[in-house]
Amino acid sequence: MQSELTPAVELRGVTCRFAAGRGPAYVAVDDVNLRVAPAEFVAVVGPTGCGKSTLLNVASGLLRPSTGEVLIHGEPLAGLNRKAAYLFQADALMPWRTALDNIAAGLLFRGVAKAEAEAGARDWLGRVGLRAHADRYPHQMSGGMRKRVGLAQALILDPPILLMDEPFSALDVQTRELMEDELLRLWLADRKSVIFVTHDLEEAIALADRVVVLAAGPGTRPVAEFAVDLPRPREVSEVRLTQPFLELHKAIWQVLKTEVMRSHAHARA
Amino acid sequence: MHEREQGSVLHWQVLLLVGGIAAWWGLVAIDILPRFFFGDPAAVLSRLYRWFSSGSIWRHLGHTLLETILGFMIGTVAGLGMGLWLALSPTLARVLDPFIKAANSMPRLIFAPIFALWFGLGIWSKVALGVTLVFFVVFFNVFQGVREVSPVVLANVRLMGANRKQLMRWVYLPSATSWVFSSLHNAVGLAFVGAVIGEYLGSARGVGYLILQAEGVFDIDSVIAGILLLTVFALLLDIAVTKAERRLLRWQAPSQARTVG
Repeated sequence: MQSELTPAVELRGVTCRFAAGRGPAYVAVDDVNLRVAPAEFVAVVGPTGCGKSTLLNVASGLLRPSTGEVLIHGEPLAGLNRKAAYLFQADALMPWRTALDNIAAGLLFRGVAKAEAEAGARDWLGRVGLRAHADRYPHQMSGGMRKRVGLAQALILDPPILLMDEPFSALDVQTRELMEDELLRLWLADRKSVIFVTHDLEEAIALADRVVVLAAGPGTRPVAEFAVDLPRPREVSEVRLTQPFLELHKAIWQVLKTEVMRSHAHARA
Repeated sequence: MHEREQGSVLHWQVLLLVGGIAAWWGLVAIDILPRFFFGDPAAVLSRLYRWFSSGSIWRHLGHTLLETILGFMIGTVAGLGMGLWLALSPTLARVLDPFIKAANSMPRLIFAPIFALWFGLGIWSKVALGVTLVFFVVFFNVFQGVREVSPVVLANVRLMGANRKQLMRWVYLPSATSWVFSSLHNAVGLAFVGAVIGEYLGSARGVGYLILQAEGVFDIDSVIAGILLLTVFALLLDIAVTKAERRLLRWQAPSQARTVG
């Protein structure tokens, strides 16, 4: 039984060291503790290059931490995290498969019959607004369409955990806002635990229940946490202009700014 | 490319071909090039005509094509299989690395007489020679292709729950295919080289054999006719590879957007 108190994802004392030539090992992430409750949407913000993606790689099981452990619904994670879907920053669709095949792939891997998998994929294509584009290859779609396919590809497997690594950062501002609203709509319909990594504070506040600020790297760790009490459902373009949003933005930016400055100073040194 | 531009390219190509033949014919006719060593375009043409009208060429041509296609297919499949296998077993690849490099840098045509001893004077010694030439080209390309699979795509598919076999079918194989095709154009030519050199060194049939016979009696027109024939068929095979490539690599973005009209 899962109690409400068992976090969906828990990082306990996670440290990641990478070999750096002959010099001392590079510590990307230093003793991080992070808990994400079931159905909670957590945004992680921090200066560029501070090690945000490393945290997601650890949570997904793609990367084993040097020390510390990952608990998924209270169970220690060994190998790949089968309960999580991962939306990458870069394009992760198979370029040699159509939109439909890309979405159906996960079901086929799980042994679902082909006809059933395709029906499911068609349903999800519709839900992300691409009903007419089933037979397109990734190179025939725009960046925003590819992200939609990626979202459908992740959500069709109905994972309890969703890991997102700056998924919309490569999109233009308008498309990005549409995608953020789309994500909120899909998430509200079926609340999953989300870890959403971004360097964009506005995006973080507009989407999340809680914003975690990471310190500048190397050796990043959370330095502050803010609860976001904005009512849902939210419309990203509107929530941005409300007073509570602006106050929260100011408060978080105070903390984040210090880290960004430190990050710049470090990069110049 | 615009249609008009394409037309003008073809225009120039035809002009170059006709000009080359005309220059050859002219130089031989006014005796700057000795006819004995350089042949005569008209005689070459009539030789080709005679071969086809009498039907005597089909036996030889069929033989050479069969050897080429067998060498090409066996070499490609073996190179693909071996390339995938080694690329996915890094330890084995590291152990075999010096041996593969050595085998590749060997002048493999030297093996032709040995293959004749091993496999006899029939088609298989020629096929074996073609395979040794084709194999390495394909092998190195597949090996490279598998190692250049996008790590993000790979991580994504693994997280979606693909097992080893599914990874092979959904990621490694299609990714390697694009690399294989870039090598197949070379491989077609090499398979022809294998077949013809093999025939040249010992056989009773094939276009290579025909050329050897003609050289024996200083019949330079037949030698040139044979070479032209091989060239045309190598081009035809290359076109077939291009057709297959277009079909199988539909998913690739065209390198450049083209307007029509």
